[in-house]
Amino acid sequence: MSTDYRRPVARTGFLASLMWSLAALAVAPAFAAGPPTAQVNTTKLAVTDTTVTVGDLHSATGTMAISEIGSIQAELLAIDQINAIGGVLGRKIQVIKEDGASDWPTFAEKSRKLLVNDRVAAVFGCWTSASRKAVLPVFEKENGLLYYPTFYEGLEQSKNVIYTGQEATQQILAGLDWVAKTKGAKTFFLIGSDYIWPRTSNKIARKHIENVLHGKVVGEEYYPLGHTNFRSLINKVKLAKPDVIYSIVVGGSNVSWFKQLEAAGVKGDNTTLLTISTTEDEVKGIGGESVAGFYSAMKYFQALKNPNNEKFVAAFKAKYGADSVIGDVTQAAYLGPWLWKAAVEKAGSFDVDKVVVASPGIELKTAPEGYVKVHPNHHLWSKLRIGRWKKDGQVEVVYESGLIEPNPFPKGYQ
Amino acid sequence: MANLKQFLTGLTRGRADLRNVALLAAVILVALPLTLDIFRLNLVGKYLTFAFVAVGLVLCWGYGGILSLGQGIFFGLGGYCMAMFLKLEASDPVSTAIQSTPGIPDFMDWNQLKALPWFWEPFHSLPFTLLAVLVLPTLFAYLIGVTMFKRRVGGVYFAIITQAIALILTVLIVGQQGLIGGINGITDLKTLLGWDIRTNSARYILYYVNAALLLGAILLGRWMLSTKFGLLLVALRDKEERVRFSGYDVADLKIFVFCVAALFSAVGGAMFTLQVGFMSPSFVGIVPSIEMVIFTAVGGRLSLIGAVYGALLVNFGKSYFSESFADLWLYLMGALFIGVVLFLPNGLAGLFREPRQAWLQLRQQAQTWVTRLCPRCLPAGGKSEKGAV
Amino acid sequence: MSNETYTLFATLLMQGFAGLSLFSVLLLMALGLAIIFGQMGVINMAHGEFMTIGAYTTYLISTFAETHGFLGESFFLSLIAAFGVAFAAGYLLEIVLIRRLYKRPLYTLLATWGVSLVMQQVFRQAFGAREVSPALPEWLSGSYQPATGIDLPVSGLMLLVLMLVVTFGVWLLMYRSRWGIQVRATTQNRTIAGAVGINTKRVDRLTFALGCGLAGIAGAAFTTIASTGPTAGGLYIVDTFLVVVFGGAASLFGTIASAFSIAQAQSVLEFLMTGSMAKVLTLVTVVLILMMRPEGLFSLKVRK
Repeated sequence: MSTDYRRPVARTGFLASLMWSLAALAVAPAFAAGPPTAQVNTTKLAVTDTTVTVGDLHSATGTMAISEIGSIQAELLAIDQINAIGGVLGRKIQVIKEDGASDWPTFAEKSRKLLVNDRVAAVFGCWTSASRKAVLPVFEKENGLLYYPTFYEGLEQSKNVIYTGQEATQQILAGLDWVAKTKGAKTFFLIGSDYIWPRTSNKIARKHIENVLHGKVVGEEYYPLGHTNFRSLINKVKLAKPDVIYSIVVGGSNVSWFKQLEAAGVKGDNTTLLTISTTEDEVKGIGGESVAGFYSAMKYFQALKNPNNEKFVAAFKAKYGADSVIGDVTQAAYLGPWLWKAAVEKAGSFDVDKVVVASPGIELKTAPEGYVKVHPNHHLWSKLRIGRWKKDGQVEVVYESGLIEPNPFPKGYQ
Repeated sequence: MANLKQFLTGLTRGRADLRNVALLAAVILVALPLTLDIFRLNLVGKYLTFAFVAVGLVLCWGYGGILSLGQGIFFGLGGYCMAMFLKLEASDPVSTAIQSTPGIPDFMDWNQLKALPWFWEPFHSLPFTLLAVLVLPTLFAYLIGVTMFKRRVGGVYFAIITQAIALILTVLIVGQQGLIGGINGITDLKTLLGWDIRTNSARYILYYVNAALLLGAILLGRWMLSTKFGLLLVALRDKEERVRFSGYDVADLKIFVFCVAALFSAVGGAMFTLQVGFMSPSFVGIVPSIEMVIFTAVGGRLSLIGAVYGALLVNFGKSYFSESFADLWLYLMGALFIGVVLFLPNGLAGLFREPRQAWLQLRQQAQTWVTRLCPRCLPAGGKSEKGAV
Repeated sequence: MSNETYTLFATLLMQGFAGLSLFSVLLLMALGLAIIFGQMGVINMAHGEFMTIGAYTTYLISTFAETHGFLGESFFLSLIAAFGVAFAAGYLLEIVLIRRLYKRPLYTLLATWGVSLVMQQVFRQAFGAREVSPALPEWLSGSYQPATGIDLPVSGLMLLVLMLVVTFGVWLLMYRSRWGIQVRATTQNRTIAGAVGINTKRVDRLTFALGCGLAGIAGAAFTTIASTGPTAGGLYIVDTFLVVVFGGAASLFGTIASAFSIAQAQSVLEFLMTGSMAKVLTLVTVVLILMMRPEGLFSLKVRK
């Protein structure tokens, strides 16, 4: 059963509503109406007796498309699966898809449209921190609910956002600790794309390296999103000879970065490179040979071996093709609709305030990464894994931590 | 007294034109606010800020013959000035207590800056900001104009260089994330001297202010065109050498009209920041600058009023189609560029003002095309020969 | 030579080579546009999209070659195919559109921008919005090590060789062939050239198509260093224009000199400061020089 991308029923006329209701009755057996609408929707959201509308806001075009398309696919898969087992509170989920086009002002405009115009009950969206920062004021003003799937820099906690990706302490600190311990790393060269997440992450990384690991940062450089000429940078890195290259290159630039690294002779067998921004999605575009031997610090890899993940990967490939790949953000995006469903059913209502109150404590034992729990600060308890890339574009998991409590405002890192 | 009468006549330039201006005023001041909800009206307000740029381009390109593909520069400069003022207001020490360094904008904090850069300080004051919005972009345009027009750089070269400058400014902004927000832009703007600009009532007020300013710009433009300056402008567009030989300083004329266009764009930029609540380099660069040109081309590059309609039409189309038929929209946009250039060089205004001529032109173009692609399709003996190539 | 000095020397050498690589890329991109601009005064805003045509052609061929096992040889095939497809597309575009706008260069700018939008959307629908990367043949990946510590990327070397070959080919065509004489005659004095029997329209058409074909080759070469998406063409369009305008219209040598100086300047600056400041400085210098000398470094005639 595929998801409908239709306008919310609430906006059409009476006759049309009547027809839709009759049609809905025809498929009623699959969607026995849950609690009455007046009870579950007191804030004029797009909810009817048989449907509820949500928004999906990602970049389908532009330099971020390479990373965000996976999130769109995962969210739609989750929604399909939820609809197949009866929907949420007996209502089928309908999705309005909007394209942020890798442009933050467009994200802000579309989010306002989804919340004010379409009155969606929840939005699954954004990838870069810049897009999240651009839409945050809109969500806080219009009291919307955003499920944000990407690992990010932390230093944020909003009533209107549930962060299903890791924040800095979970991803960055544990990763740095690992590389310092196992590789004896003392000197680091920090590299990133030029926007909020890499800058803030490297700020945190630098503090951790200098104060906790007693190491040294021998270089820190940033290049604009979409940049493709890294040759000079690579020469600079070679001159500085760091123990670890700490890379936060994002989106399409990944392809040039790793290809040019390989062309310059910097490979996994002679250099340690740790990245927190390269997942299976990017590696598919780069080509496994260029990243083989490098490390990524993520909470999820497609190669994870557990029953939840095997089912998830199979379902994903069945819907999107056998050569699809699934990265960390894709999995985190998959969690979004499930967490929302759990919270709505616990609250017994679609109203954002009630869903938000019901969210802390919600656990998902069917998560492909194993197990997650929502923390009162709206982030997730999760594990960190370090994967070593292989030529086939998948990883070999070389380290797995315990469950790390999310702490978006770590003392001493601000 | 006679001068005043002359001024008023110049202002309205005859009854038919007065009617058109009044019609435009009725549309943007009355019809649209009554028929649209505040969300859509706010979007229209945004489109009207682009219309400022389009109006400026009518003067500078349509009448002056100077094609600037970098009006985003001035739109952005005006917008950023206003954004800096609003951001400083939103970054008071109380609301930024959670930062490492309270009292400075959030993006400076997470770029590890410890103090406000010197060039931000003057933007604490609203009078300075308003002055900056009007003066800085105009000054920049003056500099560009002096260096280029005095050396007789024009046409395609000028267009490319304005593009390059737009690119330079974009790269500069994106690269200086700590100083000016980088690619994230300056976001989360809340209040103007304590007045919350995000409420619905504020949005209505800002819309009306914007519309009024736009109408003012149009009237100003009309007045300028009705003076001797207007005549000279058209003359230099068509036969620059003769104007020069007649003793006028062509460069000064060009610089002046370019600065006026820059001024209009800057005001548009500032109004944009106020209505939309942020400013970002994605309105400064090459792509938005070229899009602003198409608004003028669609509306009619010889019509100030047409420019407004052009901006509204194209943007309405963009919003509507990108929501429903995203794929189709990009084809339409491309076709718009090509179609307007080939078939409607004077835009929609040309169609309305001189429908017969526009229709004949259209027909001739179509005939030339058909003959070229399919020589036997038209009836034999038709006088369809190639027009001006 | 101490270890430190050797490393520094090696790095400078590699940095110089990086500058040469950038020079090769810029020149390949600019050659096509220079020919068109010099010949007809037309600025083709869709030039980047012709590059993308070449890149996508390479992608298709290499994907096909990979599954059929001749990836190694496929690169040369890709180059030729990229040229061919882009040439044909350019020829078509000239007939349908450009021909109508010769007297109005500013309008050509706008119209070709529209063409670029349409082409981008076609790419998006045909290949998806995600960026794609053709598989590189074995012999093109990795680096060549003339001495320890000095790594010269093989793809960079290939780019250099390709640039030399293409430039030489263009020079031969323009200055040693019959057709080249016709092209130069039309550039210098169109009316008289027509009067002595040169079919100026046909010369224009072929020149435009050739320029687009060269863009296709540039696109194919480009796939070795970056991925290709529907909007990849737009990234370099302004740089390419600047190289052409800076070098001076209708001067092959000018284009070469301009590409070389811009590439080296940018590479050297990138080594000394951040990437974006380097780019800003380079662009500002170029624009300032252009403002003072609008006809570019070397030009055959003064343009207005």
